[in-house]
Amino acid sequence: MRSVLDINDLTVDEIDGLIAVAEDIMSDPDKYAHACDRKKLATLFFEPSTRTRLSFEAAMYELGGHVLSMSDAASSSASKGESVADTAAVVSSYADIIAMRHPKEGAPRVASMHATVPVINAGDGGHNHPTQTLADLLTIHKEKGRLGGLTIGFCGDLKFGRTVHSLINAMSRYPDVRVILISPEELKLPGYVKKEVLNKNKIPYVETKDLLEFMPELDILYMTRVQRERFFNEEDYLRLKDSYILTPDKLKTAKNDLSILHPLPRVNEISVAIDKDPRACYFKQVLYGKYMRMALILKLLGVDV
Amino acid sequence: MNIDSIRNGIVIDHITAGKGMKLYRLLQLDSLDCPVAIVTNAQSRKLTRKDIIKIDASIKINLDLVGYVDPGVTINIIENGELVEKKRMELPEKLVGVIRCRNPRCITSTEQELPQIFNLTDRENRVYRCLYCESRAKEEDL
Repeated sequence: MRSVLDINDLTVDEIDGLIAVAEDIMSDPDKYAHACDRKKLATLFFEPSTRTRLSFEAAMYELGGHVLSMSDAASSSASKGESVADTAAVVSSYADIIAMRHPKEGAPRVASMHATVPVINAGDGGHNHPTQTLADLLTIHKEKGRLGGLTIGFCGDLKFGRTVHSLINAMSRYPDVRVILISPEELKLPGYVKKEVLNKNKIPYVETKDLLEFMPELDILYMTRVQRERFFNEEDYLRLKDSYILTPDKLKTAKNDLSILHPLPRVNEISVAIDKDPRACYFKQVLYGKYMRMALILKLLGVDV
Repeated sequence: MNIDSIRNGIVIDHITAGKGMKLYRLLQLDSLDCPVAIVTNAQSRKLTRKDIIKIDASIKINLDLVGYVDPGVTINIIENGELVEKKRMELPEKLVGVIRCRNPRCITSTEQELPQIFNLTDRENRVYRCLYCESRAKEEDL
């Protein structure tokens, strides 16, 4: 039984295959409209995440399948003390595939060990969120036509941002990738990611506190939110927060074909004035996420179209 | 110094000097009712000094634990006074029930019946990570 809990559960060839399927779905959605007839996806969301859940559910409906949804842990058997293992075993009797979000890290892995159907990790605490990374990869591929030979800037909270770690992990498997890490001192990329991912894969990288320093060199700018609660004191937060807000002014030196990504939700780190800039890709990224989830569901269910 | 040879039991040899008592404690050898001898700072040809533990009974010991604490040790199994098996320990690929994950956000922190499993992810730097949350194990998690 194949599950996807971490982006590294998929090989580069498999990711390329998912991108090809997702692009084919986009060009001919009717071909896939009945691909999952009579199949059921269970969305087990032990913490609220409306967007990710809706994306999975929309993906399954567009494949002609059905959805069994648990969106509130308080009304489920989890509130009665049922273990993740038992829930996964029980739900396997009803559904053909499970998408699980859980506040505890590793919960989807436990589910995959006890389910008899494939499990997709739809986010486990601050740990992994592989389908967000798949959305990011399809966005980059759609915008640039390739995943190698790119300079990609990550800006904001690089310490706690799981989407950043996961995308760095995925991109480091492609050739000629260069990484620019833009963050305040307090939110720098953790040492183990630099050592175990960037250094291990011989990915050149630079760290800077200045969003503008490498702007002219970037092909991709991946923005994240700098959260107030990550700082030890209010003073530091107030001092730094505006430096990482992207405004039209800060894009003056950027390439014309820069692609700006953001995993969303955004608070104020990208000015709404940028939304109409053709370089803003973050709403397309949401749409691409649905197509990649469709491709992943097809793959894990073994459905060939 | 002489320690009587054992007829049926286990000799844990080539323990890094200073780690003998730690292994004795972690393997809970104090709960056995058979004779157990610990030799510390014995002379060694391989190491300058070593510790040795002799257990005068054929018991099962957690070899993963031994390999994790001190990968260079040798386990000698003695039956009827003869050496029947000699195992050179190394860092195990997987540790089951040896260390506890200390990450409060790990699923094992709330579902405590889950087996504690750690995988060796970097042999050179002795890095073990929790199967579930991938937190790095620390020596003090033992």
